[in-house]
Amino acid sequence: MKAESNLEKILQKGEFAVTGELGPPQSADPEVIRNKVGILKGSVDAANITDNQTAIVRLSSIAAGVLMLGEELEPVVQMTCRDRNRLAIQSDILGAASLELKNLLCLTGDHQTFGNHPGSKNVFDIDSIQLIQMVKEMRDDNKFQCGDEIKVPPKMFIGGAANPFGDPFEFRVIRLAKKVEAGVDFIQTQGIYDVERFEKWMEGVREEGLDKKVHILGGVIPFKSAGAARYIKNKVPGMVVPDELVERMKKASDQKKEGVKIAIETIEQLKNMKGVHGVHIMAIEWEKKVPEIAEGAGLLPRPKVA
Amino acid sequence: MIITQEKPLEEIMYYLKGSKNVLVAGCDGCNQPPRGLREARSLALLIEMASKLEGEELACDYVTLIKQCDDKIAHSTLSPLVEKVDIIVSLSCGIGVQVLSDVLEGTLIVPAQDTIFMGSEEREMGTVSERCSACGLCVLGSTGGICPIARCSKSLLNGPCGGSQEGKCEVDEDVDCAWQLIYDRLKSIDGLDIMRIIAPPKDWSTSTHGGTRKIPKEMMFMDRPRRETE
Repeated sequence: MKAESNLEKILQKGEFAVTGELGPPQSADPEVIRNKVGILKGSVDAANITDNQTAIVRLSSIAAGVLMLGEELEPVVQMTCRDRNRLAIQSDILGAASLELKNLLCLTGDHQTFGNHPGSKNVFDIDSIQLIQMVKEMRDDNKFQCGDEIKVPPKMFIGGAANPFGDPFEFRVIRLAKKVEAGVDFIQTQGIYDVERFEKWMEGVREEGLDKKVHILGGVIPFKSAGAARYIKNKVPGMVVPDELVERMKKASDQKKEGVKIAIETIEQLKNMKGVHGVHIMAIEWEKKVPEIAEGAGLLPRPKVA
Repeated sequence: MIITQEKPLEEIMYYLKGSKNVLVAGCDGCNQPPRGLREARSLALLIEMASKLEGEELACDYVTLIKQCDDKIAHSTLSPLVEKVDIIVSLSCGIGVQVLSDVLEGTLIVPAQDTIFMGSEEREMGTVSERCSACGLCVLGSTGGICPIARCSKSLLNGPCGGSQEGKCEVDEDVDCAWQLIYDRLKSIDGLDIMRIIAPPKDWSTSTHGGTRKIPKEMMFMDRPRRETE
């Protein structure tokens, strides 16, 4: 065991893992976190806490993680390279580990021009692959990035992201291979709508034997409405939504219900895909639908692991 | 070359408040956009007109230099002229403005341009684009001759982020994804293997992050004493 997190144990046991996602508030209100935990608890094995998602200032992911622990839901702390240099990142990782946070998702981060401080200076001192490598060396070699020794290393279960819908498509398997070589333990993918393209990516992943070296959790984002489907298709960078799904949402008499239905169908397909070890359900600001989706996809009750 | 953009006239006039004799100094060094004798003359005329509209009496002369960033040229060209001017408006980049400030003691130099980047004109587009960030440790040898530090919005070193789509950057759909360009170029020369190698964290100390950069001139040549990081 690398970090003995619940998520690690579930995946180690060969169970089909379920993670959720929780967006902290743009305020200092801890109740927002507690309420969302109340909704997600029991339906997921762990939940990500976003790190200033889309470059909008929010309550810190590490602080939110500690609040979640208090409510007994395991956090996956997201950490981006946009806002911190290698000093701040390592310092935060030590702090997170000292507070019993055990899962860390290493991300490059959305560009600051998308957020509410577009005139800010970005950092990008290191990138997500270098971040994964740095956390692995902190954990396994007791070393800071500079080579200095760490007496009590941070035990983190290391996550990374993969986007099979980014271009160039042929590079996306190579990029995953680099993350695996860097030492990633689990991968959460971008939201999957184009299942065919995802399956094609998985083929490449299996060909390189990567599915044996890393746990892949397929990303699922339920559509709230036909408008949301169109928005994701046209406006969100790095996402692919097939036209027929947008059509299907448009024609549905109950669009919310249809969105949940599509999410469940996607999960069913992912469950049967070789090399996929779980799902990551991202229903930001729609957390209340996660239990319904998990139930509908036959993922409940969540297994208990010691 | 060093690319600049004209400042608004109001900003230049703000610097010139109370001046009687102004000299506009052009620069023929980099020419994107052109900022030589013709441009110096136009700006001088504009300044005179603007001051007249404000009811002030201001005389504005103009001159151009082969290269404002060369201190010897700057000194020999401008020294004989400065005695009668209160202020020099430089059409050069930020380097030229500072060289003039260095060699012309006692004369105030103000910029007429914002210095925006080091770049070149794109082959077909009629636009100029950034090409180099002067990071101090060139990586072009392993990126197919396309710079990810200057041309990737996140200066990534290990390939495109998840926001690269159809060859474009997530930040601006008019901007090419540098890593797509690198990928295509490496593919065309059968060099994709290099993209599988993990690039380690970059040493940014050679960039502006290490403080103001200064080197003795003999360090500019190949037989210089090497830094350990190289």
